[in-house]
Amino acid sequence: MSLTPDDVRRLARLARIAIQPEESGAVLDRLNRVLDLIDQMRKVDTQGIEPMAHALDVVQRLRPDEVREANQREAYQSVAPAGPDGNPQLHDGLYLVPKVIE
Amino acid sequence: MLNATLSELGAALAAKKISSVELTRACLERVERHGRELNAFISIDGAHALERARQADARRARGEGHALTGIPIAHKDILCTRALRTTCGSRMLERYVSPYDAHVVERLEGAGTVLLGKCNMDEFAMGSSTEHSYFGPARNPWDKRLVPGGSSGGSAAAVAARLVPMATGTDTGGSIRQPAALTGVCGLKPTYGLVSRYGLVAFASSLDQAGPLAKSASDLALLMSVMAGFDARDSTSIDRPVEDYTRFLSAGVKGLRIGVPKEYFGEGIEPGVRRAVEEALRWYEGQGAKRVDLELPNSPLGVAVYYVIAPAEASSNLSRFDGVRYGHRAKGYSDLMDMYCRTRAEGFGTEVKQRILVGTYVLSHGYYDAYYLQAQKVRRLIARDFAEAFNRCDVILGPTSPTTAFAIGAKASDPVQMYLNDIFTVSAPLAGIPALSVPCGFDEKGLPVGLQLTGPHFSEARLIGAAHRYQQATDWHLKVPKETPL
Repeated sequence: MSLTPDDVRRLARLARIAIQPEESGAVLDRLNRVLDLIDQMRKVDTQGIEPMAHALDVVQRLRPDEVREANQREAYQSVAPAGPDGNPQLHDGLYLVPKVIE
Repeated sequence: MLNATLSELGAALAAKKISSVELTRACLERVERHGRELNAFISIDGAHALERARQADARRARGEGHALTGIPIAHKDILCTRALRTTCGSRMLERYVSPYDAHVVERLEGAGTVLLGKCNMDEFAMGSSTEHSYFGPARNPWDKRLVPGGSSGGSAAAVAARLVPMATGTDTGGSIRQPAALTGVCGLKPTYGLVSRYGLVAFASSLDQAGPLAKSASDLALLMSVMAGFDARDSTSIDRPVEDYTRFLSAGVKGLRIGVPKEYFGEGIEPGVRRAVEEALRWYEGQGAKRVDLELPNSPLGVAVYYVIAPAEASSNLSRFDGVRYGHRAKGYSDLMDMYCRTRAEGFGTEVKQRILVGTYVLSHGYYDAYYLQAQKVRRLIARDFAEAFNRCDVILGPTSPTTAFAIGAKASDPVQMYLNDIFTVSAPLAGIPALSVPCGFDEKGLPVGLQLTGPHFSEARLIGAAHRYQQATDWHLKVPKETPL
């Protein structure tokens, strides 16, 4: 089955990726080729087969619920992206983003 | 010295026949001479390397140190390092300097290795040719018009051209073994969970494993002894006793049961690849190994399954690149949604965007069962094939890649052609089992061919031992590319 240009627009929106109108034809073509390739595994009879989500049959390890990490806010925020003015988009230890609530 | 194995280099350093500073200078000179043309490195810091080399020499002078102390290394640019930026071959992380070191990096730094630079790679490890790098394609030292394979193509090219004696890579669908094969070096993908993923920028978390690339199988053993081990910071790290990966180096292969799957010798394999791999198989049989013909009936589905599961996990993992906390942020935007969309459109390359879109599709409402869940079920069938095969044999032998190195640009226009190159390498990560690639000859064009040995979980030492035995009788792994002579 093939995707349509509308599908590509919907996926791009879900994936938060801007696609220019002039690229959309090429994107659609490549996606359809990949979907053709992966279609061969859809025909396999997998009735009663347990999905394999992990490479090893192990139980998730648990740890005691105690504080381990030191606060490294400054180190982690030292790599914050620059905004249009060239400065890191930070204010009082918080990340700055465009206003979302009026 | 530049063609010496790691144990030879370690012995020379211990005996003071050479200093780490001298060795590091020699590597930096080779990088200077060949590195730019091969485009094997994204970042190099000679001053930092020489400082580390002086520290290593001092450590050895005090009678301390490890077998690898003072030996230069290059890390794939997906492993976080504080000393050098970590770009993942992407514009998204072009200027990203990690506030912490990856576990693998910590371990190797602790052993006293000398970080020379960070290697070129397909963006976010998505590719089989190192053409999908924001920093331009890496080149194969056997013929610079050709790709070195990928995604750890820079690491493989650097070791092949003898720019550095050892390097790290990561393997999600073949990204260590396929470039090792295409450049004539050795590479190992360990059992899932053996090497911590802490500080390894995530691509497909249920498949990603870091591993070594070097010139010989015994080199891989030395590197694994440092890289493997439990790390509480990776929730999938396996807590098991430390292993000696050199313990099978002196073992023979008499009686070793070698599985030969009919699917690995079917159509689509270049004649030169088939000839070299069959010759290696005959060598093992001549040494008393027992050939076991078998089938892995679901393995041809591996590529299809992989290209559902890996993009699905990638679409989730790469959602963290939103322009808020690190990495690229678009210059102009109207609102938050627009900032996300522009940032990701600018920061990611074509292949990465395509895989995110495929992953988004197979996880989206109405398609999840038909694609993602079905892929996970077929993944189990593939893993079962291996489990049944390993009841009858100790290792599985076959080609690493159906072809030798191909021309830059040859498969760029059709993603499916590129993906089919992974046909023999995707199954091991899907099953979580270890596999290595070692050189086993050349095709009629003079290009190296890789031999793949795959084993059950935690059989690394056995695989390394079997490969080492072969390398004691052959010298394919010591051949130096003509375009980068010593």
